[in-house]
Amino acid sequence: MELLAFLIFAFLAVASALVVVAHKNPVYSTMALVVTLFSVAVLFVLLGSPFIGVLQVLIYTGAIVVLFLFVIMLLNIGREESQLAGHKPQFFASILGAIVFGGLVIFTLLNVATTPAPGGPSTELVSLEGLANTLFKEYLLPFEIIGLLLLVAVIGATVAARRTQPGESTTGVAEPPKEEAQP
Amino acid sequence: MNVDVLVTVVKAVVVLVLLLQVAPLMIWVERRGSAFMQDRPGPNRLGPWGLFQGLADAVKFLFKEDVTPSAADKPLYLMAPVLALLPAFTTSVVIPWGPDFKWDGQPYRFVIANADTGVLLFLALASLGVYSLVLAGYASNNKFSLIGSIRASAQLISYELAMTISVLAVVIPVNSFHLGDVVEYQRSHLWNFLPQLPGFLVFAVAAFAETNRLPFDLPEAESELIAGFHTEYSAMRFAAFFMAEYTSMAALSALGVTLYFGGWSLPWINYEGLGWRGVLIGLGTLLAKVAVCMFIFVWVRWTFPRFRYDQLMRLGWKFLLPVAILNLIAVAAMTLAGWL
Repeated sequence: MELLAFLIFAFLAVASALVVVAHKNPVYSTMALVVTLFSVAVLFVLLGSPFIGVLQVLIYTGAIVVLFLFVIMLLNIGREESQLAGHKPQFFASILGAIVFGGLVIFTLLNVATTPAPGGPSTELVSLEGLANTLFKEYLLPFEIIGLLLLVAVIGATVAARRTQPGESTTGVAEPPKEEAQP
Repeated sequence: MNVDVLVTVVKAVVVLVLLLQVAPLMIWVERRGSAFMQDRPGPNRLGPWGLFQGLADAVKFLFKEDVTPSAADKPLYLMAPVLALLPAFTTSVVIPWGPDFKWDGQPYRFVIANADTGVLLFLALASLGVYSLVLAGYASNNKFSLIGSIRASAQLISYELAMTISVLAVVIPVNSFHLGDVVEYQRSHLWNFLPQLPGFLVFAVAAFAETNRLPFDLPEAESELIAGFHTEYSAMRFAAFFMAEYTSMAALSALGVTLYFGGWSLPWINYEGLGWRGVLIGLGTLLAKVAVCMFIFVWVRWTFPRFRYDQLMRLGWKFLLPVAILNLIAVAAMTLAGWL
């Protein structure tokens, strides 16, 4: 039963990930990304950590990918034409990337067979309580620093987005046009 | 093993059958209710007090022509209404519908998915509802639909944040994400809406925005956008959006009642000694509480005018979110001090 669920969702995750990179229409790619993230969330649940699975759906599928979709629709990005033709550097870069990725896959597959299985993380660690104890007791300082880093990033993004344009007052409200500007 | 599966199937069937009744019943309540509030008779021809109007509407939807615009993005266009129904029906699996019961001497909880992450699972599944609105608007290839779905994506993300934070405040004193534990906590303490009134009000306002009901029905906004994201839909596909709206209202009402108004419990009844009657009384109590919430949804719709888009965003980000965060901090402090 569990193996069947794993096979179904592992297949879905890989297949939809391929659709994400291969499809020409960005909206279809985004929807395939939703399927990928959801399948990976199910895999987290099967691994015994429903909390991380649910958070994955809540944050990535439910919010971040919606923002992707929002931007794609707002900018009205159409179908992507074939970009490889006539762009030699990109073509070579993609071949190089494929070689590196293929090497990584082969390396991983060769090592999985020889390395003994680590037995996975203990259930105490991935449970809700274990996760909370690890995050908020053992690694409290790094956790807080990450939070601070994110706050700085948010403030930086806000400042960058609100940089006053010429002809705009610092209060964020556009100044009324000057008298001379009108015919 | 087999009995476990059987019990789960029975629970799921009971809940599904109940949820399927919501849409036809609510069509009648909405139309008669709005007529009552506007001092006119409303649909009163079919059956006593026009009660069979929902049935007639359903038959009409079944036999109408199903039109697909020729310029629509067909796969996405056909998929969107189905996606709308999915979160509406799946979210109710974590709601406890009654007290624990015994079958064959084995104790069971009257909740379909006995998940430790109950509240979060509800919010996660509910957050998937935005895709149907966005895809419907995009795939219709219609300007009004597209504007509706862009509004929907911004609105749902904004209000989801305030709602999640207000729900988190409930979880802190209970010390569990399981909704059954939330109800058990309220059976021995005050109902949560009293000590957490600001959080409850934020939750209630966000619930209206999350279900696209007036005064926050900007994705639909029939006076500006014809019918918003579902302008191009007809027949059963339109009915699917209709059903999804009412069913998610019911699911969200059930969540709100469970979080803030004691769920299936009433303070003066001892359910443990009642056996099967206790389960039925619990189910009836929850349904009655949900029915009151549903009527308030209708009441508000025919009382308040629609918000403007900038007003909606300002309310969400500059008022509801800070109030929800302050409420969270206050509840955490009170729990630490041992007052809750």
